[in-house]
Amino acid sequence: MSVLLAQVQAPEIDYQGLAPLFATIGGSIVVVLVGLLRGSFVQRVLVPALAAASLLCAIGFTMANWEPGDSRPIIEGALGIDTLALFISMLFYLAGLATVALCVRSELVREAGHGEAMALLLGSVTGMVVLAGAENLVALFIGIELLSIPLYVLCAGEIRRARSLESGLKYLVIGSVGAAVLLYGLALIYGATGSTDFALISEAIGTSIGIGDPLLLTGVALTATGLAFKASVAPFHQWTPDVYEGAPTPITSFMAVATKAAAFAVLLRLFDYALADLQTLWAPALAALATVTIVIGNVGAIAQRSLKRMLAWSGVAQAGYLLAGVVVGTSLGLQATAFYLAAYLFMNVAAFAVVVARERVSEHGDDLDSLRDLGRTSPALAWPMTIAMLSLAGIPATAGFIGKFYLIGAAVAGDYAWLGIAIVVGSMISLVYYLRVLAVMWMGRFEITLPSLPPRSVMPVAGQSPEADARAQPEVAAVAILAAAATIVFGIVPSPLFDLARDVGQSFSALL
Amino acid sequence: MLTIHLSIVVFLPLATALIAALLPARIGRWIVIAGTVAVLGFAVAMLADYDSSAEGLSYVTDDVWISELGVRYQLGVDGLNLFLIALTALLWVPATVWGALRSVESPRLFLFHLALGETAVLGAFCAQDLALFVVFFDVMLVPFYFLIGSWGSGDRVRATTRFVIYTLVGSLLMLAGAIALGVLAAPSAGELSFSFADLEQRTLGEGTQQWIFLLFTAAFLVKAPLFPFHGWVVDTYRSTPIPVLVVFSAVLSKVGAYGFLRIVLPILPDASEYFQDLMLVLAVVSILYGSMLAFSQDEARLVLAYSSIAQLGFIVLGIFSLSEQGAQGAVMQMVSHGLVVAPLLFIIALLSARTGGAPSLERMGGLALRAPVLAALFLVATLAMLAMPGTPNFAAEILILFGTFEDKLVYGLVASVGVVLAAVYMIRFLQRSMHNRAPAGAESAEVGGLGLFAIAPLVAVVVALGIYPQFVLERTERATVSKVAPAAQVAGTAEPEREVSAIR
Repeated sequence: MSVLLAQVQAPEIDYQGLAPLFATIGGSIVVVLVGLLRGSFVQRVLVPALAAASLLCAIGFTMANWEPGDSRPIIEGALGIDTLALFISMLFYLAGLATVALCVRSELVREAGHGEAMALLLGSVTGMVVLAGAENLVALFIGIELLSIPLYVLCAGEIRRARSLESGLKYLVIGSVGAAVLLYGLALIYGATGSTDFALISEAIGTSIGIGDPLLLTGVALTATGLAFKASVAPFHQWTPDVYEGAPTPITSFMAVATKAAAFAVLLRLFDYALADLQTLWAPALAALATVTIVIGNVGAIAQRSLKRMLAWSGVAQAGYLLAGVVVGTSLGLQATAFYLAAYLFMNVAAFAVVVARERVSEHGDDLDSLRDLGRTSPALAWPMTIAMLSLAGIPATAGFIGKFYLIGAAVAGDYAWLGIAIVVGSMISLVYYLRVLAVMWMGRFEITLPSLPPRSVMPVAGQSPEADARAQPEVAAVAILAAAATIVFGIVPSPLFDLARDVGQSFSALL
Repeated sequence: MLTIHLSIVVFLPLATALIAALLPARIGRWIVIAGTVAVLGFAVAMLADYDSSAEGLSYVTDDVWISELGVRYQLGVDGLNLFLIALTALLWVPATVWGALRSVESPRLFLFHLALGETAVLGAFCAQDLALFVVFFDVMLVPFYFLIGSWGSGDRVRATTRFVIYTLVGSLLMLAGAIALGVLAAPSAGELSFSFADLEQRTLGEGTQQWIFLLFTAAFLVKAPLFPFHGWVVDTYRSTPIPVLVVFSAVLSKVGAYGFLRIVLPILPDASEYFQDLMLVLAVVSILYGSMLAFSQDEARLVLAYSSIAQLGFIVLGIFSLSEQGAQGAVMQMVSHGLVVAPLLFIIALLSARTGGAPSLERMGGLALRAPVLAALFLVATLAMLAMPGTPNFAAEILILFGTFEDKLVYGLVASVGVVLAAVYMIRFLQRSMHNRAPAGAESAEVGGLGLFAIAPLVAVVVALGIYPQFVLERTERATVSKVAPAAQVAGTAEPEREVSAIR
């Protein structure tokens, strides 16, 4: 007995560091139990309020844990916290809060159950937080699965709509393939370096194994592929438009911003920390992927009429921009990626909130036509959408511009000036489809010629009804307005966000 | 010396427009008008107060904006932008009044965009930090996108989309160039700076200068516009509502030319010299191309559109003669072209309104005898446009040509043809629109109160500057010369001993 005790040492656990995770896990359990109670007050008010409260608690704990500098372990050898993990998890919580608000009146919670949907959402947030803080390959994989499985279910949450089921199934199949490839890659990295721990992998690459080791290289390539699926980096992006279009829009919004942030958190940690010594090998490959992603995403978006598909393609393009921050492998790149992820959160949440609001009341669903003449009929939605589009296009006085400025600066400083030019060229292409949205909203009193596509009947989604009233969903408009306001504020006064990003830049002490 | 806070000048229009947005349109429009008048007051005070012997910048505002990126919120005035700020302030008053007092749809939104445009243009002229300049330069597009797209006529959405895509492509290239300039010029990572003053001190390799030069040039030539970057001009001039077109043609086109003098010449002198011939060729081709097409147009607006291309050609010719006289002439021409094209556009609006909104020259005409005041104003503006001696445009073009003759005689000679062509197309324009037989159904009435308010003061300023061009030249000389000096030194055209102004 005493021998056993001596051998099985429980890991050191920092409970304060774990507190945000407890908040979301606990919230998830409470919400699903409360959701069992009947009554519209419980379902409509209490469940979302509890979910939001658990996310707010997590935000509070995260702020209390904020401490610039090196990472400190919270579960020895598995999970750690550093400013990167904390910053990115803040984005998850904010995205979660926005999604809770967008879900309140959605078809999703009516069909899947309020408690269940919220519990799954909180479960996915938990997975993302684990992923962002993972310190070894096993924790990384657990995080990926924990974030994905609830999303598979949520995508198919509108069980009476075929497109939603199709979306869930597609995401499940593609996600599983991605996970399998990722797992294979992780196994090979473990085989080559003899360790699952990021710090030890980095050490092994620096000392015992040469950088040309084929086992290691195959592992890195497969891992990058698996993560590229999650981050929708071309050419592993094909699922994105279909899944985004079919999924309930609040969930699309959550996937677009939070899943992307999670994928980039782990890309940063894996490449810029664990595999930093191999940079000369993976950086050109990732740079090529980034360029391809920028071009494919932007060109793909041009032909879209469905706003959700358009935003999906634009999300692919933005993933390309973000990848530039990973490629350069510098502290500046890390900061720029973190900053852009935050800006990306605000502008996309604003855009998706408007889509949610419109598809509930418009017979056009999420078609571009649903925005027609919005500038006159409901400016409270048109302005957030305008700001979101301008920010995505990278117009100054928005957070998107500062983020792009930061990324291009990081690319040029990291000797990847051509990647900076690629970002600029991508932004030029993107003007075509972002400006089209603005034209439809503000200049739609007269006929606008939309791209001539074969006529397509758009299925009404998310409970559209002719009697529905746009004003009866103040929480959606509030999300849109708050996110748009944040986009503008951080575009004009970016310093608070910069200070956070600078702290994030110190996460990996080895980086320049 | 007065203390003028440039931030107040720059953001006053936007602030008044935001206040007006919360009030009923009837009251709100007067607040916006008051804002533009107040900005004009500031500009006049600045002109009166400006010390032409002052070295460097006056009325400086300098704060850290984004410390991590070395971006400063730095505004300042020197001889180079003094008159462009005044021009902006002056022209926005009649444009705003014209827009506010005629019934437009959603007037508050219209005035908001117009005021945002003024703030952006003033910001671009005042900015003394490259990143800040880029910000204002791009923000400028947003209000004009909506102004043309929502309140324009004809195929306005197509026109505005074309205009914005053309310009933003240039702007984005400039953004890349600006970032590269800041990053590559920084001696170490910690000393990143975009301030013009710092960038002028730092040196860049010749190859780096060249590709950055091309990025900036793309932006400024599209904005100007110069041949062959003028693809958006025709649609835009056709569709833009008149008060917007006035500031658009008179002021916005000058931002590009101003960018050459403020940024390209002093910061990239080697590349400016390297590409001098290319730029001169583009300028001369623009002069000839614009003049010839202006001659063959039937639509009144297009005559001015193409003549603007020719005039901007003159401005770029003056700048890239890399001589002090040429640059001075260019600055003078920026101001005088703005002052002349604005009343002409207002007059066109009045004329075409009287013939039922027809844009064609054929449908105007015959009004000169019935409306002598209007005809007189039109005549003065036309003579100024064709650079009759005694107008500010004459002084400007003479300086530009003298500057070019010194070292680039051939370009100067070819460009002189443009002066003759300008006389031809402007006189044809005047004849057709005023003197021909009146078309059937045209109402003949004298210019009304609003028209007179918009046109007469501008024409008066043109006349005043024609009599006393030194008012501009004295104040701009010091700054302009210092901006050209680095490139002139490289080109070997610098003449420190000689007096600049030949026409004095």
